Amino acid sequence: MTTAPAGAVARTVSLTWRERVRHWLDSEPVLAYLFMSPGWIILLLFMSYPFFLGIWISLTDRMVGLPGGEFVGLRNYRELLHDSVFRLTVVNTFIYGFVTVPFKLLLGLLLALLLNQVFPLRNVLRAALLLPWIVPTALSSLAWLMLYDAVLSPFSWLLKDWGLIESNIAFLGSRTNAIISLCVANIWRGTPFFAVAILAGLQAVPQELHEAAAIEGANSVQRFFAVTLPVIKGIIVITTLFSIIWTFADFQLVYVLTKGGPANSTHIFGTFAWQEGIGGAGKLGMGAAVSLYMFPVLAVLSAILLRYVRSQEA
Amino acid sequence: MVGSNRLSNRLLFLYLPLALFTIFLLFPFYWMLIISLKPNSLLLNTKVNPLILTHFTLEHYRYLFTNTDFPRWAWNTAVVTFGATFVSLTSSILMGYALGRFRFRGGNLAGTAIFLAYLIPPTLLFIPLSQVVARFGLYNTYWALILTYPTFLIPFASWLLMGYFRTIPRELEECAMIDGASRFQAMWRIILPLALPGVLSAGIFSFTLSWNEFLYALVFMGSGEMKTIPVGTVSDLIRADVFQWGPLMAAAMLGSVPVAVAYMFFVDQYVSGLTAGAVKG
Repeated sequence: MTTAPAGAVARTVSLTWRERVRHWLDSEPVLAYLFMSPGWIILLLFMSYPFFLGIWISLTDRMVGLPGGEFVGLRNYRELLHDSVFRLTVVNTFIYGFVTVPFKLLLGLLLALLLNQVFPLRNVLRAALLLPWIVPTALSSLAWLMLYDAVLSPFSWLLKDWGLIESNIAFLGSRTNAIISLCVANIWRGTPFFAVAILAGLQAVPQELHEAAAIEGANSVQRFFAVTLPVIKGIIVITTLFSIIWTFADFQLVYVLTKGGPANSTHIFGTFAWQEGIGGAGKLGMGAAVSLYMFPVLAVLSAILLRYVRSQEA
Repeated sequence: MVGSNRLSNRLLFLYLPLALFTIFLLFPFYWMLIISLKPNSLLLNTKVNPLILTHFTLEHYRYLFTNTDFPRWAWNTAVVTFGATFVSLTSSILMGYALGRFRFRGGNLAGTAIFLAYLIPPTLLFIPLSQVVARFGLYNTYWALILTYPTFLIPFASWLLMGYFRTIPRELEECAMIDGASRFQAMWRIILPLALPGVLSAGIFSFTLSWNEFLYALVFMGSGEMKTIPVGTVSDLIRADVFQWGPLMAAAMLGSVPVAVAYMFFVDQYVSGLTAGAVKG
């Protein structure tokens, strides 16, 4: 509400500096931009600026610790297209980002439906089962690193004890094994997020509708599809898109478990960009180009998400 | 007979799957805990069942505090977490208030931009951002993280708080202002207290995300004594191929406790905040 009628200004013959500021601050647009400025300054300096700087760096051969670098046009991007490790990285990222999602969604949905039932210690269990998503991923990945250890893995020990295998499984020893292991750890980490989001959505399902459908003779599966699913559909779509974006742009789990190995065969965009740009060769330009190859996919996913959120709001 | 039928149904369709989920989701934590307490002699013995703890020792925890920089990492993590949370929360309350309660040109555009900023992942920015951090002379200082973490905290927190501020009727502050309160008094005394659950959610969210962050901490503050717990544990306790599993798991336990505790106390705020953000957008 603006409380600076023109009369007030006219009445006062000479406004003091203080009063003038006060009147000015009563205008909503002025105040709005003032309030937003701290946030926008941080976002412009540390998000927008590096984004455009990244595009520039990706067009140069800049190295870590050296100033400048020569403009090389699209050379970094072209070289990457012919790089077999990068090609593998693209495939891995799509497997990692997209194949894990249906598992996380189905397991999360199932867990949410279970946690929505009434049983003793429900709140304790609900809190405890969210832990994989809460704790630092780098640290929980260390637990997985040991669970996958070639010598000390308890999985191998158990399977040997049961007589199912002869020698230890090399969980991280080959590309196929390592990718499956990475995906399992990612599913472990992501399932609680889906569960909790869907569980919140389930609270909005009208109970009377369920009862009415039950009286009409619908069994629980029919009721799920007719009554529950339409209500939680929006949440499922949005959660899924978020999860794809986050997994696609992941870093820590792969960094801790395989560092992209064995033989650079399990990199995803994030870890390969780190290795090219910071860790190994220090080729900042190349690393920035690897990161930016993610951009088209992220842009498409973000556009879909934004459109969907808009349509839900309308 | 109906009763026992119901019970077996519940066993099969509720308790059994719940038990499987519990094992799947909590087993890594169980493993973390028992390894952190297991004497080295047992830990490396592949003959005995690794899943049970027959003797326990605190030697790994002692090692962590006397032979590594863990206490320093914990201090670094705390400084960065509280700093980044403070910066983010302050900017987000103001941003959320502006977006949620003021009518102004460009308001919708600003809201959309904030939403899109939330979708930009650190892996897209960390290489050029390392150059920006170095250019501003922030490399390997706390400010490197205190100022960069807000880039992924502010968008979420502002979006969340915008939602909270919007639900509070405008008449409330208009009445207060008619009664003689200034706009800032109305905001501070009336609106902010009503939005407190949202502020709390945003705060817990910022706290956990800052505490858990890895990539920026690794690249901008990853050398010498300036490591955070996740970075220090991953890079200093794994030397070449010698894995000090006991101290590693002890560090993983201790590094997870603060967020687990923060979250246990505020699980309902956290969940409502999480879904408000993730679900309403």
